[in-house]
Amino acid sequence: MQMHSLAFDISHTLAGGLVLISLMMLYQDRLYSLLNVFALHALVLSLSVAWQAFIQDAPHLYVTAVIALVFKAIVIPVALHRIVKQLGIHRDIESAVGIGPTMLAGMGLVALSLVLMLRVTSDADPLAREDLAFALSVVLLGLLVMVTRRNAVSQVVGFMSLENGLVLAATGAKGMPLVVEISVAFSILIAFIVIGIFLFRIRERFDSVDVSALDDFRGERR
Amino acid sequence: MTLSFFNPVTAVLVIPICSAALLAALPGYRVTARLNVVASLATFLSALSLFVIERPAPGPYVLIDDLNIVFIVLNTFVGFTTSIFSASYIAHELDSERLTPVYLRFYHAMYQTMMFGMNLAFVSNNIGLMWVAVELATLTTVLMVGIYRTHAALEAAWKYFILGSVGIALALFGTILVYMAARPVMGEGQDGMIWTLLVERAANFDAALLNVAFVFLFLGYGTKVGLAPLHAWLPDAHAEGPTPISAVLSGLLLNVALYALLRFKILLAANPASIAPGPLMVTMGLVSLIFAAFMLYRRRDIKRLFAYSSIEHMGIIVFAFGMGGPLANFAGLLHMVMHSLTKSAIFYAVGHISQIKGTQRISRIRGLTVTHPALGWGLVVGVVAIAGLPPLGIFMSEFLVVSSTFARQPLLAIVLVFGLLLAFGALTLRLTSVAFGEPRGSTAPTDASYIPMFAHLALVLGAGIYLPAPLVVWFQHVAQLLG
Repeated sequence: MQMHSLAFDISHTLAGGLVLISLMMLYQDRLYSLLNVFALHALVLSLSVAWQAFIQDAPHLYVTAVIALVFKAIVIPVALHRIVKQLGIHRDIESAVGIGPTMLAGMGLVALSLVLMLRVTSDADPLAREDLAFALSVVLLGLLVMVTRRNAVSQVVGFMSLENGLVLAATGAKGMPLVVEISVAFSILIAFIVIGIFLFRIRERFDSVDVSALDDFRGERR
Repeated sequence: MTLSFFNPVTAVLVIPICSAALLAALPGYRVTARLNVVASLATFLSALSLFVIERPAPGPYVLIDDLNIVFIVLNTFVGFTTSIFSASYIAHELDSERLTPVYLRFYHAMYQTMMFGMNLAFVSNNIGLMWVAVELATLTTVLMVGIYRTHAALEAAWKYFILGSVGIALALFGTILVYMAARPVMGEGQDGMIWTLLVERAANFDAALLNVAFVFLFLGYGTKVGLAPLHAWLPDAHAEGPTPISAVLSGLLLNVALYALLRFKILLAANPASIAPGPLMVTMGLVSLIFAAFMLYRRRDIKRLFAYSSIEHMGIIVFAFGMGGPLANFAGLLHMVMHSLTKSAIFYAVGHISQIKGTQRISRIRGLTVTHPALGWGLVVGVVAIAGLPPLGIFMSEFLVVSSTFARQPLLAIVLVFGLLLAFGALTLRLTSVAFGEPRGSTAPTDASYIPMFAHLALVLGAGIYLPAPLVVWFQHVAQLLG
């Protein structure tokens, strides 16, 4: 019993840590510091996944943990560092929305996901349901980072933190098959994005989630 | 399970992936374009044989049932005809040096990889595998949309990439939630992701969790279906990529995401305590229809015009499936098939037209029926079909959607008819200026391949006049399956 509650506490701490680091991302206004925070995010994720592998006695999850550690905590941040340097955008201050409103929105999203998931999963076992609530918070905060940033690199960082939330959810769901395959698939996707940024020198997110930008570009506006 | 020498399920997966590897290695466009056609034909024939062979029992990864046979056959057929169109389209692109031979190799390899991804999504019985397959298909189309490397093409590809990735991430979260909802009943491990097993025991799942899961799945896969307001990637991706890709995007890839949605809709319908997915789908369908119909009036670019028309039609299809019931499901299914055939035929015509005229601006294209009768009239028939005029197939399916709605929800039917008329007006307005009047732009002759376009239009016309009885029975059966 004692062991169980310790296992519970540790995975709880790690998942909660991920949410906290996601919130930290919201107020980074330099690209380098954003990348560092993201590396920390990936590191905590890999610890959390490794811990799940240990307590669930699921050795295949160690693969996911190693992928998170090597690929997301080391390779990608280093590659993005170099890209930022080459594109000469390391001095840019680039959040589209102010820090205050963003943090408020972030807290709102965390509250929302806690309320939603805890209410919905009242029958599930406590570890899984709290993991799920944390995971949804990380996903929503990742979306928020993507929406509030103007720069392609920080948009990708937002996407990767969103994806970390998904990996957290998948490993928290006990015995879920295909977790390793899915994390590999995501790593390939991210590698493509990073290569894309590098090859095509994408600096700005082409002011983007709005069709009007391209409408103007193609002379579609009257 | 008996092992036979020829297994069509394996064939529809192995042929595309092997030819993708081969096409990546082979130089020379004549050989590779032909090989692309041959491989697509072989895949199509294997898919056809699914009708006659004994079906394998649903395994942990593969499922063949009445529903996905329709999708697979449609998918491989349009894939095959598009490969014929692509061969003549690409020849012109090479001549005009918009594509280099290296990119062409890449293009063909990606084309077959995309076919592999879509077929895998259709046959997979595992909701995790299905997700991976949809991601693969998306990724390959992203690469092809950006293949021209112009500013606009890269922007379109990037937007498609980011929005598609977010959609796909939400869909994965939904998939995980389905597993969580199923776990108390199904136990841990593989069984919790196998669709056929899930449906059997869905009645005992945690309904609240299943509801949340469906919302995520709907938003995630709905982004890929192109439902408004999640459609922002769609017009750009259609307009900036090579036209064969626009044809498969509209005709096929949207169907893949729709198919995934339908599978989860069946799952939810099997659980009486969960929300009905119908109203969500009806609302989003109608919003897409009305929104796209208004947007049609403001288009200046011919490929974007038809991209918005795809949003409109996906809206109608999702609306029909959302209404549910045997008749509406039948209509939705028929409409999906007709839309795939018609829209790809239109894009075949548009591809050649924009190559001849050297532009996609609608205002610079006029009098096509005078200068290029075959292309011009082909486009006219295609647009008449897509606008929903009799006697073509889309008229029939739209008529079925409207009449089945009138019987149950007259108010919704009024909104539906309003949207249809609005879109009809926009399309006829544009059509008259493009097809008739004083010719404008280049009048150079073209060595286009008309066979794919007219084959599709003939099928649509045939379906509008007479639907063969076995097909009707088949569709009715599938409609029942969809609940």
